[in-house]
Amino acid sequence: MDEGLRSELSRQGVFATTIQDLYNWGCRNSLWPLNFGLACCAIEMIAASMARFDIARFGAEVFRPSPRQADLMIVAGTVTKKMAPQVVRLYNQMPEPKYVIAMGACAISGGPFKRGYNVLKGIDRYVPVDVHIPGCPPRPEALLHALITLQEKIASRKLTGPSRARAFQEEAPGEFPVPEYGPYDLVPAKNTDLWRPKPITRNE
Amino acid sequence: METLEQIKCRIEAAIPGVGLDIQCNRVVPGQASLVVPPARALEVARFLRDDSRLALDYCSNVSGVDWLDRVVEEHVRVTRLVDGQERVFEECRERRVPGHLEAVYHLYSMRLKHGPVILRQRTVNRVDQARLASLTPVWRSAEFQEREAYDLFGIVFEGHPDLRRILMWDEFRDSPMRKDYVEPDDYEYEPTPHDDLREKARRHYPIEADA
Amino acid sequence: MNRRIPEDVLIEALSTGDLVPESPPRAAVLPRPDKAPQAEAEASPHPISRDDSEGALLEVAVGPHHPSTHGVFRMDVVLDGERVVRLKPVFGYLHRNHEKLGEGGTYLAAMPYTDRLDYFCSLTNNWAYALAVERLAGLEVPERAEYIRVITAELTRVLNHACLIGFLLQELGAMGTPIMYAFREREKILELVEALTGSRMMCNYMRFGGCRCDLPNGWIEACRDVVDALPRFLDEFENLLSTNEILMARTQGIGVLSSELAVQAGVTGPMLRASGVNYDLRRVDRYGIYDRFEFGVPLGAHGDVYDRYMIRMLEMRESVRILQQALRAVPAGPIINPKARLRGFKPPVGEVYGRIEAPKGELGFYLISDGSANPYRYRIRPPSFINLTILEDMCRGATLQDTVVILGAVDIVMGEVDR
Ligand code: SF4
Repeated sequence: MDEGLRSELSRQGVFATTIQDLYNWGCRNSLWPLNFGLACCAIEMIAASMARFDIARFGAEVFRPSPRQADLMIVAGTVTKKMAPQVVRLYNQMPEPKYVIAMGACAISGGPFKRGYNVLKGIDRYVPVDVHIPGCPPRPEALLHALITLQEKIASRKLTGPSRARAFQEEAPGEFPVPEYGPYDLVPAKNTDLWRPKPITRNE
Repeated sequence: METLEQIKCRIEAAIPGVGLDIQCNRVVPGQASLVVPPARALEVARFLRDDSRLALDYCSNVSGVDWLDRVVEEHVRVTRLVDGQERVFEECRERRVPGHLEAVYHLYSMRLKHGPVILRQRTVNRVDQARLASLTPVWRSAEFQEREAYDLFGIVFEGHPDLRRILMWDEFRDSPMRKDYVEPDDYEYEPTPHDDLREKARRHYPIEADA
Repeated sequence: MNRRIPEDVLIEALSTGDLVPESPPRAAVLPRPDKAPQAEAEASPHPISRDDSEGALLEVAVGPHHPSTHGVFRMDVVLDGERVVRLKPVFGYLHRNHEKLGEGGTYLAAMPYTDRLDYFCSLTNNWAYALAVERLAGLEVPERAEYIRVITAELTRVLNHACLIGFLLQELGAMGTPIMYAFREREKILELVEALTGSRMMCNYMRFGGCRCDLPNGWIEACRDVVDALPRFLDEFENLLSTNEILMARTQGIGVLSSELAVQAGVTGPMLRASGVNYDLRRVDRYGIYDRFEFGVPLGAHGDVYDRYMIRMLEMRESVRILQQALRAVPAGPIINPKARLRGFKPPVGEVYGRIEAPKGELGFYLISDGSANPYRYRIRPPSFINLTILEDMCRGATLQDTVVILGAVDIVMGEVDR
């Protein structure tokens, strides 16, 4: 639809939109996060939902205890190897379209604990992450920023066509294999279909 | 509170033939420790708890420690026959001290508000005889902490009511807090790797100069 | 095996108590006929393996992802109807290998990790570790730094207890309101902490022999404003909660812990004092400069969840008293011992166990030094981990929803439990 016509109409009190925009508008303003705290970052996540930061302003205050009712997983904290299978399972149980925010250095890469034997070096080894927030812990404002970033991402997603979002592609996986506890490490140690870091070359 | 020597004397009087040792601690006064043979540890612990002058009713901390095999150099005098004459030589020999695992207990008295008295038990070696007596029957607070030492150090506590892994998953097969533990090779990019990490970084991310 | 402790323990501990809280009128609590934890403890050496209930039992795994389990804690509960028959805590879902990392780095490098132990109270964690290393290296702490430590530690205590009560009420079903009050106060305290240390949660503030940086201009006044407003908040909080009928009905007589069992199981902190044992390390060890302040140690009489709640309320008031005294007397001077070396710090060969009264209980650090720059053994004695030892004893016979409340009143933070 022509932009000029649309604004002309809206000035006269007629709102014209596409299904895609309407759908995305509804989706992005009522994200229901999974009530899911792992470590220190979760406290800042709670703080973000309290009076001063008030995540409700962005429509994401309905923290759901059950993954079946949530569409945003905020991985707030260190994912240990012991916890990783459960995180993946929770992700698998969430209905599409679903999004993941990796909050804090630990969820991104293992953070300060990345040399630990029981620490998963980034949740993106097992589930796809949409927004990363650096920080240890990120301030509540940073979480709000991540939320807005995610909302922008949702606003611009396509529902149809070849470049449509992952959730609307039938063949794209919505569930990922849950790793198992092995004798020394998780089996497999990473989901290689998902986690393909670019080769890094570095001068020394 | 009595000094550790006095306590030791009183334990030896109460439990004949127990065989205690004192490990001194030069830097922190009052934190020397009593080395107890595992076979008699339970008796000693009961004595410490029930004795009215000590009343160590509170076991604060239980910690495993891993001591690796060490090589110590010793100077020994040997006599040898040289040209038909006996002569004394100084020789430097290397002696292998086998490593052991240790459980350290910090005891306090909540009633008399004193402490600590520190107990240590030592295993024979680090491999097949890593067994100690569990003091959980005396102090319940040791329950989880001994399980932790079992999990992370591989110390088997005999007489523990529920000895399972506590922090790692059940299928795990290693003792990660031991000094010679090798962790799985799941390297994450490190902007400034150094020391041992550098080798790992080399393996995972070729460095331009190398390639 | 004898798990009883002579009776005079209890009596003596009680008689030396400073302050026994006056309980508001108690709601009628019916004694539960099927609950006799002491007798059971006598009968079997370790009650976990006991199984004498009839009928179909239901095994439920609560956690590690569960809205009521304070992070990634898991309890495997065996239920007979609604009553808990057996309960096994399962740990390790946040085992971040703190001790191994501590041994792999220098002494100072472990300081930021201590922040992440009990992430509500990073300042007290810092202090416990600094205290242990200072003992090991024989470092004195200058007067001003001692005062700053006391002030920050007591602010932390208020923050921790307020948040804990908020969470506890959340577990009781009071969604939102009390915790909002608590977090409102938390933000005020965090502003102070941030002005001082540069970070809201991970302060990394103490150094061996002092503190990292001096108080910014006007900090004392700002702190005094916050502290002076605290009693009002506490009044408000107490008016809201302490005599609330639902709170009383749900917490009185629930999760009773006898003082004998508490001592035996190494329970420390407010939980221990709720059971009537007078053991507060600020009084017993007199570490830092706590002998200069006047404050009471609240003691409970019943050892139930309500007492644990009440003790925390009262402790916050005592903290405010300490804060007011300390803020009046902060001296000028250096904040770090000039002999303290940040780089190339190598304490002598030996070992040390240092402990302080953290908001959750006795937080101890056990360090073995082999003379090198890294600790040979770095061990943390986490209070909330050990306080969980008797979780099963408190919960046996209770209903599942009471279990949640009992767990809430233990005050655990998984960063510290699993390390
Ligand atoms: S990023 Fe920092 S604050 Fe967040 S979980 Fe990790 S250690 Fe804790």
